[in-house]
Amino acid sequence: MIQAPTGDRSRLWKLWPLVPISAALIFTSALLLLFDASPAEAYRAMWDGSFGGQDKILSVLAFWVPLLLASAGLVITFTAGLWNIGVEGQIILGAICASWVALNVNAPSGVLIPLEIVAAMVGGALWGGLSAVLKTRGKVNEIFSGLALNNLAIILTNYLISGPWQPPEGGSFRGTTPFQDAALWPRLLDSRFSPLSLLLAVAALVAVYFVLRGTTWGLKLKALGKNPYSAYLLGVSSERETILAMMFCGALAGLGGAVRVLSWFDSLRQSISGGIGFLALLIVMLAGYRILWVPLIAFFFSVVLNGSITLQLKTQLHSALGGILTGVMVLFVLLFGSARQLGLGGTQASAGGAPGTDLPDVTPADAITTDIPGGD
Amino acid sequence: MHVELRDIRKYFGHVKANDGISMVLEPGKIYALVGENGAGKSTLMKILSGYQPPTGGEILLDGRPVEFHSPADALAKGVGMLYQDPLDMPPFRVIDNYLLGRDSRVRLNYKDARTELENLAQRYNFHIDPNATIDSLSMGERQQLELVRLLAGGAQVLILDEPTTGISAEQKEILFESMRKMTREEGKTVILVSHKLEEVQELCLYAYVLRRGRLEGEQELPCLNEALVEMMFGQVPQRTRRPAFAVGEPVLELQDVSIESYQLNIPNINLSVRAGEIFGFAGLEGSGQRQVMQVCSGLLSPTGGRVRLNGEDVTGWSFHRRQRDGMGYVPAGRLEEGLVAGLTLTEHLVLARPDKKFFVDWKANQVEMGERISTYQIVGRPETTADALSGGNQQRLLFSLLNTPLKLLLLEHPTRGLDVRSADYTWQLLYKRREHGTAILFISADLDEIIEHSDRIAVFSGGVMSRVLDTQSTTAEELGHLIGGQA
Repeated sequence: MIQAPTGDRSRLWKLWPLVPISAALIFTSALLLLFDASPAEAYRAMWDGSFGGQDKILSVLAFWVPLLLASAGLVITFTAGLWNIGVEGQIILGAICASWVALNVNAPSGVLIPLEIVAAMVGGALWGGLSAVLKTRGKVNEIFSGLALNNLAIILTNYLISGPWQPPEGGSFRGTTPFQDAALWPRLLDSRFSPLSLLLAVAALVAVYFVLRGTTWGLKLKALGKNPYSAYLLGVSSERETILAMMFCGALAGLGGAVRVLSWFDSLRQSISGGIGFLALLIVMLAGYRILWVPLIAFFFSVVLNGSITLQLKTQLHSALGGILTGVMVLFVLLFGSARQLGLGGTQASAGGAPGTDLPDVTPADAITTDIPGGD
Repeated sequence: MHVELRDIRKYFGHVKANDGISMVLEPGKIYALVGENGAGKSTLMKILSGYQPPTGGEILLDGRPVEFHSPADALAKGVGMLYQDPLDMPPFRVIDNYLLGRDSRVRLNYKDARTELENLAQRYNFHIDPNATIDSLSMGERQQLELVRLLAGGAQVLILDEPTTGISAEQKEILFESMRKMTREEGKTVILVSHKLEEVQELCLYAYVLRRGRLEGEQELPCLNEALVEMMFGQVPQRTRRPAFAVGEPVLELQDVSIESYQLNIPNINLSVRAGEIFGFAGLEGSGQRQVMQVCSGLLSPTGGRVRLNGEDVTGWSFHRRQRDGMGYVPAGRLEEGLVAGLTLTEHLVLARPDKKFFVDWKANQVEMGERISTYQIVGRPETTADALSGGNQQRLLFSLLNTPLKLLLLEHPTRGLDVRSADYTWQLLYKRREHGTAILFISADLDEIIEHSDRIAVFSGGVMSRVLDTQSTTAEELGHLIGGQA
């Protein structure tokens, strides 16, 4: 039924994220031509916006880091067959918890920053764990609880910045007062980029890589994502692993939230995440759920989105073009994904991880908890 | 309507689900279609109801050859099928569901539909409230609604697939009465697909028996159950060899276990399986043996009674806890429940081992899996994925993943789908387990296998477990009686 991938074909599969990217570039170019704009000029403007100067490059890096953190976490939940849409809320909770520390604790940087990191990770993990428990105990699909918790997180932010944490000069609904200097992460050359945050993101990526490659837990998640019932019969506790996977992702996403408040901004703002969680979902899907592709694709997203700001300044084109480009790309990914499923483009995944086309078929752990009394 | 099937064939790859089946069905009669699971009944009925096209052969309605493009097309041509799970839309009201697929105008005519529905329901003595929502109906009422919908759609030939599963005795009587009315008074053709031989005997005039994709025989009804059982299972040979083995202490004990579900009530199971004993569950599919097995494994909670493992009460224990305590379970569907497609053999081994560490020692596990591959004669390599193995090798893989020692081994259809050589090999492995004192409990649809390998047998029929039979002193006739539901 399923052919063993030959060497040639598995090499193709390794490169396949490039296919939808180029297809999206071609499509967007055609769109630009349709509006009498020059694609070459537009892409050059984007390039300048991302690489035309030190400040711009640092801004790309600063935007890249939270994307990396959230994406690294999502690789874990996707492997376990979970659609962690709540990642956006987990980022926000991380931002809120880090802000609490920044606002309420008086200590030197050396104490404050580790505290902020821990608080952000705990906040994100609890928000993710809540989604997981609602799933395993309440049989609420994690997509719906995730959406609800995202909204709750946004409402909580708005309450805090217009209520208890509002600046002394009056609530503006825009943000809290800037945090004490000791609370902010050291940033490079007056930019928004903190090298510390990049170190943390790299550590997260390496950790996820090793979890999936070399640990029993990673293998359990893989089994759970591919066939929850068989995994159960082989001795994997679906409830425990589901909760742990969501908490793991939540912790990394929460850390991403801390980066947003303590390095990108200097205070808790109204839309503190601004859709980074959703972007991360797209990045991981585009990466075919494989951690090694995540840094590259996240970087590409950061370049496109930063570049489109300059695009609007230099040309008459709206900065939404960046959004169009990334959006179209994801559509192409899904399209190529189903083409592969039909056997047109390539093969099933080799040892690399869950291929994109596996996921819609996954009926994660709720199928199990209804059949099996007690869990573990 | 006069129905004729000519040489119907349906192949799935090299599996011949239907291999040249011909039959004639006359108007005004109720026919039974019987056979063990996998005999090809469902495939044949799905072809006749337009759900899937045959690989070859033809269908004649009133002498004219027809081709169905979809179930709706078949219904338009006069053939309707009532599935085991009615195909209705739970959040809808009865009347909406009834109109669905019947009235394609923009503005639905509720008034006429309601009258039509009520008239039809009244004719067959069905009780349907048009304003009730589907999810508030019982299984029997949903079935009645679906029947009415098929009849209103013009069905002259009705196929009922296991219609009495999950409905009350009273609803069953109403259903049977309506089936008699449809045939005797209205000249419709009715086909009953059923595992329950008593019902077949009570209701049908004629039975077609399928076995392994072919028409094994036909029989006027009523007749002796044994005649049907023999056609369904083939000649049951007497046991040939009897490996003498002294059995030990009781390992698994069920005390007054009862299981209730919407499909089946299983009262009062008392059972004891001893160390080194092989215990077989016989019976037609869906007679309750699977549920009892699941209670033994901890996958299903009994509504009453106790389960003991080596004298210890494990009733409240989860599957995983029993697994850690020395229970092994090999399910029927290998790739659906038991193995994970896409994971390698070594990865399966890592998951199944009781001594899990945080970091996986891939090298050691690779070596261990290599050893198990040669011990269990699996055709594959440690890095092969489970789905790339053949059915027999998947079964051996499942056996190779079982821990040693085991107190209790539960097996569902251990040799289903295997060729003779693989099946023999499976049993050799099981005999080895029994020598180490493992109590083995297995379900099989194959009577030969049950008689050949069990020390003792229990037969299930409609949720009731027979007395426990000693294989040496029982006969194939006695088993046939019990399977047919006669004590």
